[in-house]
Amino acid sequence: MATTKPPLGFWGRLADNDVAHSFLTTPSAMIAAGIAVLCIGAALLAPLIAPFNPFDPSQISLWDGKLPPAWIEGGQAQYLLGTDNQGRDMLSTILYGGRLSIIVGLAAVCLGMVLGVVLGVISGYFGGTVDSIIMRAADVQLTIPGILLAILINGVGRAVLPLEMRDEFAIYVVIVAIGLTDWPQFARVVRGATMVEVSKEYVQAARVIDLPGWMIMVRHILPNVMRPVLVLATIGLALAVIAEATLSFLGQGIPPTTPSLGTLIRVGNEFLFSGLWWITFFPAIALVVLVFSVNLLGDWMRDALNPKLR
Amino acid sequence: MRQSRWLLATAAVFALASAPAFAENVFKWASQGDALTLDPMSQNEGPTNAMNGQLYESLVTRDPQMKLQPELAVSWTGAADGWTFKLREGVKFHDGADFTAEDVKFSIERAQSPSSDFKEQVSGITSVQIIDDHTVKLMTDGPNPILPNQLTSTYILDKDWAEKNNVTTPQDFKAKQETYAVRNANGTGPFKVVSRAPDELTVLARNTAWWGDKLFPGNIDRIEYRPIANAATRVAALLSGEVDFVLDPPLQDLKRIESADGLKVITVAQIRSIFFGMDQGVAELRTSDVKGKNPFADVRVREAMNLAMDKVAIQRVVMEGLSFPTGMITPPGVFGNTPENDKPLPFDPEKAKALLADAGYPNGFTVQLDCPNNRYNNDEKICQAAVAMLAKVGVKVNLEAVSKAQHFPKIQKRTSDFYMLGWGVPTLDSHYVFAYLLADGGSWNATGYNNARVNEITAAIATETDIDKRTAMIEEAWNIVLADKPYVPLHHQVIAWAMSNKVDAPIGADDALRPRFIVMK
Repeated sequence: MATTKPPLGFWGRLADNDVAHSFLTTPSAMIAAGIAVLCIGAALLAPLIAPFNPFDPSQISLWDGKLPPAWIEGGQAQYLLGTDNQGRDMLSTILYGGRLSIIVGLAAVCLGMVLGVVLGVISGYFGGTVDSIIMRAADVQLTIPGILLAILINGVGRAVLPLEMRDEFAIYVVIVAIGLTDWPQFARVVRGATMVEVSKEYVQAARVIDLPGWMIMVRHILPNVMRPVLVLATIGLALAVIAEATLSFLGQGIPPTTPSLGTLIRVGNEFLFSGLWWITFFPAIALVVLVFSVNLLGDWMRDALNPKLR
Repeated sequence: MRQSRWLLATAAVFALASAPAFAENVFKWASQGDALTLDPMSQNEGPTNAMNGQLYESLVTRDPQMKLQPELAVSWTGAADGWTFKLREGVKFHDGADFTAEDVKFSIERAQSPSSDFKEQVSGITSVQIIDDHTVKLMTDGPNPILPNQLTSTYILDKDWAEKNNVTTPQDFKAKQETYAVRNANGTGPFKVVSRAPDELTVLARNTAWWGDKLFPGNIDRIEYRPIANAATRVAALLSGEVDFVLDPPLQDLKRIESADGLKVITVAQIRSIFFGMDQGVAELRTSDVKGKNPFADVRVREAMNLAMDKVAIQRVVMEGLSFPTGMITPPGVFGNTPENDKPLPFDPEKAKALLADAGYPNGFTVQLDCPNNRYNNDEKICQAAVAMLAKVGVKVNLEAVSKAQHFPKIQKRTSDFYMLGWGVPTLDSHYVFAYLLADGGSWNATGYNNARVNEITAAIATETDIDKRTAMIEEAWNIVLADKPYVPLHHQVIAWAMSNKVDAPIGADDALRPRFIVMK
């Protein structure tokens, strides 16, 4: 029997599935997604929309230093959120700092995800000794709090680099440090999903026609285990941004010459006693809003993609 | 049963640990960086001298008003061929050994050895003659009118102790040498080392056998020094009562501290100038995009660097008003500073650009600025501001801000192109500035500046006794330096100390803490 529904356009097709339906009927998800897209978009487009470039010293005037936000007496309209002690526009530094935080977060999650998925699929597909080795390694790593491990990796990374190159490579060291602490979560979830898939008939069929193991893993199993990975990655992004901010706040992360949100909060902390609250307050608020919205989005995704919760 | 014994033992330990706190006056203080070494001749650096000045003593010293006072010498008289010092009798080192003329001879010779950072102060002494156990004569090559002024930080060690512990020569700080004297001290001073964990906590206890124990008003029994690098943490420690005294409160927090109950801030103009040095001596800068020649070798470039610096903005915004913009690298109070020469060059970016274009750099050039981040008031923030100011005239500066322990070797090894330095003058005489910073071969002259007449005058004023002639020579040398501009002077510092009301500490223009005068209520 032919359907009576007219054919759907692109947007219609996009909206016509259960995930989209769940999204469109969950206001918190929509609001969170809106804020997250706004934050990430604004941060990634910082060079285009920021009123100033805080990394271009010729745009900074010391005489404009320590100005309060525009709506407070003494503030200037061109510096909406005030300026820091060197005369840098706070709004611009937050946009640029947020960009750096998000880039670090995304890169770290990607690293953790790739590592975790590869090891997880291998572990689940082969089982036996390989599985034991990889999973025990993950267990050991999970017993150590992530941030401590990140500090350790970061410290070793810095010690290895010569002094002149430390600032330049700090961002990569932070990415590796956070990425390496992230992988066990991915590996565990993917391993479980892989073990389920391996016993299914289509994998058996592929084995029967003697496809090589790597092809079965990449072509057949991987696409079917990516759903939970997506959820983990979203929540992982929020955690990675927090981890970066924590490292930077402890002075272990991104150097003040190209500050991330965490570095801005740390530097601003110095001015709390002197009443220049906006130097640390606005970066902190930006961090909270960013992480909270991404987290809400991840939460919703977990519910929407979990068949058992429907 | 076993458990109760454990409890008893624990209680006893706690009782022991907390017992001394009742009766003692414990002076807990903090500043941003630690003394670099306890070897009193290895690093001529303010906080290091301040720490060592509690453990060791020199022949003469200065009181908070900067007047010379007897310390290990009771009197001194000058002659054409040297100075005779009458030494204090009955003085003992911390380990109980007697202080004699032998120790003075040994210590001065130690300060003259190659690894010493105090060579310039004692270079005028040709030999030390022991007249008797408590009289020495420091022989000089011709008359030396300022010798006692030069000895205020030449600390005296015990000869036998140094020989026993194999520290007869000073630690070579540049080569990261480690010796017994770096962590242990045996002086005659008012305090002894109880424990030392570098960059963490140094505990000193009153030396009750000190000769001045009853002569000075100070009533501190124990000093606990805690370096706290983070400025806000340092202030928080003072506000919470964790420390009684902060030597270098961040300038932006002074109002907050003053408004707090039980805390006060005192200020005084300091004998210390802050400036940038430019290496004009090398053929090619190490960190510049200009190859084959050195932009700083051209006096027009050096003048442009000076004109580009908005010293008043730094004073108002970075220093919260607590500095004096300057034209000289040595402050008022030092003999040779004159109001005419001390006027800062005006802030004139247009002229700076024109001079750079004249010199062949219409688009500027790049260079790295080396800066300490835990030594001077707001040092790193000044450097950040300088980067912005220089960018406006086209000089692209890459800022490298590191701790003073990493920064100072770059200057002494002469591996920096462009650096920040601050210079205090304990002798209160220009000779000290010329010998260290301007004469060829001066151990802190990393500019490569080498002017024959300035070198000649530096040597001459060490022995010239005719005051008028000497003054004229000093004036002449400063005029040459003003024309040649090897440094970019920024400002003279103002010292601010923050402390609890129960502490009464006299502030001195050299920023030195003098615990022998500190009274705790």
